[in-house]
Amino acid sequence: MAELVLKDLVIKYGKVTALNRLNLTIKDGELVTLLGPSGCGKTTTLRSVSGFLPVQEGDIFLNGKRITDIAPENRGIGLVFQNYALWPHMTVFKNLAFGLELRKLPAEEIKKRVAAVLASVKMDEYADRFPRQLSGGQQQRIALARAIILEPDILLLDEPLSNLDALLREQMRFEIAAIHNRLGITTMYVTHDQTEAMVISNRIVVMRNGKVMQEGKPEDIYMRPRNKFVAGFMGTTCFLEGIVERFDGERCILKTNDGFELYGIGTELQIGHKAYAAVRPEYILLGKRAEASYGSSERNCFKAIVDRSNFTGELLDYQLKLGSNFIRAKEYEAKTIYGIGQTVDVKIDEERLPIVHDTDPEAVAV
Amino acid sequence: MKRILKKSAELALLVTVFLIVIGPMVSLFLWSVAQKWYWPHPLPQAITFDYWAQALGLKTSLAIGAVSIVSAFTLSILIALATVVIAMAIAIPAGYALAKYKIPFGTIILFLFLLPNAFPQQPVFVNILQVFTKIGLSGTIPGVMLIHILVGLVYGVWITNATFRSIPPSMEEAARSVGATAFKAFYKISLPLAAPGLFSSAVFVFLTSLDEFTGTFFIGLPFINTLPLTLYSSSGYNMQFASVIALILLVPSVIFMLLIQKVLKAEYVGGMG
Repeated sequence: MAELVLKDLVIKYGKVTALNRLNLTIKDGELVTLLGPSGCGKTTTLRSVSGFLPVQEGDIFLNGKRITDIAPENRGIGLVFQNYALWPHMTVFKNLAFGLELRKLPAEEIKKRVAAVLASVKMDEYADRFPRQLSGGQQQRIALARAIILEPDILLLDEPLSNLDALLREQMRFEIAAIHNRLGITTMYVTHDQTEAMVISNRIVVMRNGKVMQEGKPEDIYMRPRNKFVAGFMGTTCFLEGIVERFDGERCILKTNDGFELYGIGTELQIGHKAYAAVRPEYILLGKRAEASYGSSERNCFKAIVDRSNFTGELLDYQLKLGSNFIRAKEYEAKTIYGIGQTVDVKIDEERLPIVHDTDPEAVAV
Repeated sequence: MKRILKKSAELALLVTVFLIVIGPMVSLFLWSVAQKWYWPHPLPQAITFDYWAQALGLKTSLAIGAVSIVSAFTLSILIALATVVIAMAIAIPAGYALAKYKIPFGTIILFLFLLPNAFPQQPVFVNILQVFTKIGLSGTIPGVMLIHILVGLVYGVWITNATFRSIPPSMEEAARSVGATAFKAFYKISLPLAAPGLFSSAVFVFLTSLDEFTGTFFIGLPFINTLPLTLYSSSGYNMQFASVIALILLVPSVIFMLLIQKVLKAEYVGGMG
């Protein structure tokens, strides 16, 4: 069992509060991603767990043991850095063997374990290379191997894929997820890339200003964001501002500033208060497709004017003018291409239209 | 046409650089073997290796006014070596600490090492002479060494500091994460990575000590006679002998410069890029 618990962590850099009473639990074997823009405190959190950043208030527990004041080398952590941090003066073998040698394991055992871990990251043939002879992706695999070879209680990854190109990044996401599934190491993963977080995580923690804004399964965070910040951070979101008019069963009805009535999903809202509809481009039906679904209900059906359209190959990406606001719409397998200035029917999927309030009251910086 | 022009410009530049670097050395060598060299002859009229022989202690004849410089050379080398050891023993921890930790007034401390070189040297050394005379350090080898360390530390600390600064903190952090103590991480990771920079810095300290004149002149004379001082005292009346010393002084510099180039080309430096 390796459970990580952060309790009321406070870290300040001078007058700036980087972590503001942060509470977080990562269960045994779970892969949790800390997601947020730069300066949100995600890297600070990771560095406090690794032991390189002293904690000013609060505590860190690993397996129920308080590790807040323990030196980094005695915490049983595995670390993967954005810049790989392989030691350039050592071969791949030496890089991997370093930790084992410090533990004074017999040479035979070291050889066996290095070979095994190299196989697990599919780098068997590279033991005698120097890091500079490897590509970025290969270096990151070795860095990952070095972090797991000692079978740490917890694996910490700090934006490990940010330096890789897009294609490789996508491939490495799946590999990291696969290695995590196979080894079941409790893992904290830090990134600012929401897609990466969606693909890789058991659970996502969205952070801002040193506070947790929302935590939950990737699909929950995406489908049911708690506030405008989370909704805006996940996916391509356009906001329509309005006032919460009423509730109808599970639906929340928002009256926008242009007078449209929008049906959506939303909790933690009060009638008469300001709120925002988070319109996602992939949940909008256009033209005939919108008409075809009129039968079921005419709710959330509007007329919009095409302001811009981009054909990206796999899809058509529109910017539409709805009242005085702009929204984006993405259409796959488009049969009709609408021209600029044309009026089109739109229907926004009400089950996938989160209505959120502006700021999480809890998250207001103290 | 354009290409010919470019080529000839390149050639001219090459020749100029060659003359600037090699020219003075050729002249020095010619002087060191000139027995008779009067204007307007472009080359010495008579050649002798007596000055070299006497300087190296192979021959003794009072007729040409040259003396053996073996003892001065040995003293200079010994002082330089000791200076390197002591200065680097100070510079490595200081440079490392200033690079890695947030030390209050760190920048000011770094500039303090620059101070002895930032002011005109004569007034500084005259003052030091007064202090050293009071405590009995003037005219002694430790006194001269202290001066050399003072002057050399700026290279020691600044280059060492820059070297350690260029190593990403994640290098040591990665070592800590796999179980290395702070000292082991320094010793096994940072130190080998910094080695080329530390070596260059040590060479600079060595060469600074070997060539140091002003401080040694004030503090050391008349008891401590290093090679640059011997060069100075003979250059007034004996151009041949002075040339011999100047050429001998060049030898360690050239050797070390070649060594630095070799070390800086070493395999793993490329990986730091």
